[in-house]
Formats: sequence, structure tokens, C-alpha cells
Amino acid sequence: MSKKITIEPITRVEGHGKVTIKLDKNNKVTQSRLHIVEFRGFERFVQGRPYWELPVLVQRLCGICPVSHHLAAAKATDILVGIGADELTATAEKMRRLMHYGQIFQSHVLHFFHLVSPDLLFGIDADPAIRNIIGVALKHKDLAVRGVLMRKFGQEIIKVTAGKKIHGTGAIPGGINKNLTIAERDYFLDGKAIPSVDTMIEWALDTVEFIKSYQKENRQFIDGYAAFPSNHLSLVAKDGALDLYHGVLRAVDAEGNRILDDIDYSEYYKYIAEEVRSWSYMKFPFIKSLGKEKGWYRVGPLARLNTCDYIPTPLAQKEFEEYKSYTHGKPNNMSMHTHWARLIETLHSAERIKQLLNDPDLQQTDLVKKGQKASVGVGLLEAPRGTLFHHYQINENDQVTMCNLIVSTTNNNEPMNQAVNWVAMNTISGKPEPQITEGLLNGVEVAIRAYDPCLSCATHAIGKMPLEVAFVDEYEKVISSKCKNID
Amino acid sequence: MSKPVIATASLAGCFGCHMSILDIDERILDLIELVEFNKSPVDDIKSFHKICDIGIIEGGCCNSENIHVLKDFRKNCKLLVSLGECAIMGGLPALRNGIPIQECLNEAYLDGLTVEKGNKIIPNDNELPMILDKVYPCHEVVKIDYFLPGCPPNADLIWDALVSIIKGTPMKLAYETIKYD
Repeated sequence: MSKKITIEPITRVEGHGKVTIKLDKNNKVTQSRLHIVEFRGFERFVQGRPYWELPVLVQRLCGICPVSHHLAAAKATDILVGIGADELTATAEKMRRLMHYGQIFQSHVLHFFHLVSPDLLFGIDADPAIRNIIGVALKHKDLAVRGVLMRKFGQEIIKVTAGKKIHGTGAIPGGINKNLTIAERDYFLDGKAIPSVDTMIEWALDTVEFIKSYQKENRQFIDGYAAFPSNHLSLVAKDGALDLYHGVLRAVDAEGNRILDDIDYSEYYKYIAEEVRSWSYMKFPFIKSLGKEKGWYRVGPLARLNTCDYIPTPLAQKEFEEYKSYTHGKPNNMSMHTHWARLIETLHSAERIKQLLNDPDLQQTDLVKKGQKASVGVGLLEAPRGTLFHHYQINENDQVTMCNLIVSTTNNNEPMNQAVNWVAMNTISGKPEPQITEGLLNGVEVAIRAYDPCLSCATHAIGKMPLEVAFVDEYEKVISSKCKNID
Repeated sequence: MSKPVIATASLAGCFGCHMSILDIDERILDLIELVEFNKSPVDDIKSFHKICDIGIIEGGCCNSENIHVLKDFRKNCKLLVSLGECAIMGGLPALRNGIPIQECLNEAYLDGLTVEKGNKIIPNDNELPMILDKVYPCHEVVKIDYFLPGCPPNADLIWDALVSIIKGTPMKLAYETIKYD
């Protein structure tokens, strides 16, 4: 008879994510799981609210990438007020794009500098007392300052487009509520009050160079760690370009064959379903035609650079070509290469921000359009962490009657479980006297962290992700357990 | 005198308040000089090493774990600050307070549009913490010493509050900071 595990530390940690690894009598791993243990219920409690609240309401899913939810909801409400995705005024679409690329820029920078750089600079096994952003600030002050100023730049872009750095109000059904003044524009161009957009491009390039040389020096780790084949899904522009704000839905398999061939995203539910498992509040999406065993897929920077044909800005395109040549043009299935892909996107975002800032359409005054009301609205975009799905229905009183959300990190649920399993099988399985060392724990984190998981979005809950690793034997008795917080 | 020690936690919030702390930008480097960090998602400290001077709480309480963490903070911090709407009044997550929790679970796992056809599973593993009947603001669970409003409170307000607490000087909240945004 098996015994139910009661893991003592969970009651004393802010446990929202947890890893369990089961071993047989030879210490072979028989099961590993990443559990998400938080639930909020957004799909139900937004019902009855008026639809125009959605862009400001649903973004409270997540304070790390609120702009993504703000804009995905805005795109869905555009459809509700009868404005097709291609019908926004130039000013509205470009203001939203500026907001979105500012968001991608700050989120990617936050992830690389604040969360990942300590692992790269100090090593996976480094003393946890210094292996954090404060350690980086004390030992590599210039780098830390750069990270802080780059994130600030992205946040300031969000502030002038959305009105506020976090949980802004810029996008409204059918458009936007402000344009960009000349003074606001020049703040980012002249380099007086803050480093200019040109400096951001230069620093983003430096960061890509850093990850490239890191990869060269640590090839075995960056190429091999938690690598596994998978399908990849994202939006791409109609011509196949990388586009983070709008496009059609494309998926490829591990070899690059098309699974979803540029479909209209408003029909996403015909192609994608979600499996529920009893041990996690986060669902497991899959492509229906392949079934749940084979249909799971990755999203995010790695997936996007696998699905798109090119990047429509020159410096990022040059980096993209070098990146693609490393896998001979085939899809890249190496989890740790997500960092490389993410930094190429960071560079692309800086280039797009510069293009947009110099676009006179942002000073035009035609901000909102209105059409024939519709009862169903679907809005998708590429959030920093991957494809984000918002879908609403309303009644004749303008109240929400149905809400379906598939957020970026949920799409990566199975891939993160695969990554955890890889670490379990390759660093733990079969070893005598298993000890959960700090290095091992961080090794599990490093694999999960490559996906930049935002469990705030994923469970429609909170962003921080304390991780607990527990070892249990075949009778479900806890051998040892240890917990720690990760982000 | 040794540096004041700060701990932070995010309960049923969206992490936006912690992001707003990061929005103090370059002043982060001053803050590192000014205080010592203990248990917080910004570092790797997993449990309290010592009694802290200031505990900053984001988010209200929506499950049994939130309650544990909050009580642990009360026990280990001399001062507790509720940061932002969710900690102060439950915030957006408290919109579920008028709805039976079962309805929320059914909607997410049984009736959702893209949920696999025929699914009868609602996550119920014993390892998942107990969901509370309602979302509770922090001061209904433990004593809270200070409240900083906003969704999230803006970075300057957070900075001013931290400096005031550290230096022991009074602080007045401007009228426009007390709002429901």
C-alpha cells in the first residue's frame, strides 16, 4: 500500500511550483513532475463584467507582462466593437506596437540580467548567497547598471504609451487613448535624460555578443543541457516575418515540417485543446490533430525563431542568420539556446522601437474607430514568453458571458516537465545515496528558467515561483526534501 | 548600527508590486547600500535567517499557504507593510468572493472551451494547497502596520516609504495616491 507524501516544508514556503521526483529501489527515476499549485478563477469571475473593462481587468493576471494581457484583451475587444485586426488607425496600431515592443524589451532584459545572469556569471553551483542580482550588482556593477537602465528604458516606453509602467490604460476597444508627443518622443532619442534608443541597440548587440561567446566557451552545457526534440508554435506575419504583435498561427515539428500552416488565429480552438491532469492547476495544451501524446509544443523565443522565416530589422536579421546557420537552418531544439534567441529578440525590439519612434504617424490624432458590434472576440499576440490567447463572448447588455485564456507559460507546461525530467534522468537517476545538493536544485531551476516561466500568468495566479524538490521512494515515502524560491 | 533588514513576499498578487519596487531603477543600487535583504524573491534566501526590521507583503490570501507565509512574516518581521490593493483589500482576485469556488473550478477545468472533450478531472492532488472560500486582505489575518495604496503603488511612493521607515521620519500620502486604479 502506498503512503501519501506529506512534504513538511510546503506549509512554510510560498509554494506555488513544486517538483517531485520518484525513485525505485535502485534509485532509478520513475517519475518527475512540475506541479503548479495556485488557482485564481479568472475565467469565471470576469463573467458579468462589461467588456470594456477587459483590457484593464485581465492584465491583473500578471504584473510582469501586463502589457501582453492588456493588448491581447484589447485586440479581442476590437473585434467586439466591429474593428478587424487590420482596420485600426495607423496611430493606434503603431502606438500599441510601440507599447508592446517596449514590453518585450524590458521583460527580456529583466529575465536575462536579473534572473539568468547570476547563473552564467557565477555558475550553477555557485554559493546561493552571491548567486543573485544583488551579487551581480556588487561584483559586476557596470553590467548591473546596464541591466537596470535597459529595463528602465522599456518601462518608460510603456509609461508614455500606456500611461503607467504597470497596469496602464492606453489601449481601448477599437484603438488607443493617446498619441506620442514630440517631447515624449525626443526623451528617447536625444540621450539627455536617459540613454538613447541608439545606446539601447548598442547594448543589446553587446549582450548578444556575450551570449555567443558564452556559448562558444560552454558548448556542451549550452547545447546539451535539457535539450529535447519538440514541436514549435507561434504567430508569424503573413509573409513569414517575425511579428510579435499580430499574424497567423504557424507550427512546425522538430524537423521543420509544417503542422499548422498559417491559420487564422480566430479559429485557434479548432486546432488546440488542453488536457487537465490531477496534479497541477496548469493545463497541458496540445495540437488536436497530433493528439496529446505527440501534439505538445514549445512557445517563446526558441519557438518563434524556429517558425519565422526572417526578422524584419537589419541587425537582428544578421544575428538570426548566424543563429540559424548553427543548426543548418533546421529547428533549434536546445533549451538553453532560448537565451540566445531571447537576446536576438531583445535587439530586434530595440530596432523596432527606434523605427516606431521616428514614425510621424505617432503624432497623428485619429485614435479610435468603431464598427458593428459583434458577440465574439478573439485576440492573440506573442507575449515575451510566447503565444497568448484571449477569447471572449458577450451578451446584448455588453456583459462578458464566456472567457477562455491560454497563456504563454501554460503552452510551455509539457516542455518544462520534459526539461525537469531531463535533469532528473541525467543528473540523478541511478546514482547511489541520492542527496539533494544545492547544485542539483539549481540545476532543475536552470532548466525551467530557460523557459522564463511566469506562473503568475499560467495559473492566473502569482508570479514568483518557489520551487520545492522532494525525493520519494517507490512506496511514496519521502527520502529527503528541500525547498527554495526561484523566479 | 547595522543595516536594517528587509524581507518581501508575494501572496495572491500578480507580482506587479515587486516589479514596481524594481522601478526605483538606479536607486536599487542605493538600496543595496542602505539595507540588507533577507527572505525575498529577489534573492535566493529561502527562509528567515534572522528577525527582520521590515516585511513587505504583496497580495492577499487565497489559499492555506498564503496564510502560513503571512503568519511567518508577522512572526519574523518587526514591521509589516501591505503593498498595493491586493494586500490591502484583496484586489482583483477578490472579485471571486461573490462566486462559489466550485463554479470557478468548473469553468476552468470542465466547461472551458478548449478543455479536452469528456474531461472529468479537476486538479485535486493532496499536494495542492487548500483554496480558501474567499480572498482575504492581509490585515484580516495578521496585524499590519502600514498600508501603501496603488495598483501597483508607484516606485517613487515605495522609495519614499522605505526611506521614511528606515530613517524614522513621518510620511504623508498625497491625496492622489489614494485611489482605486
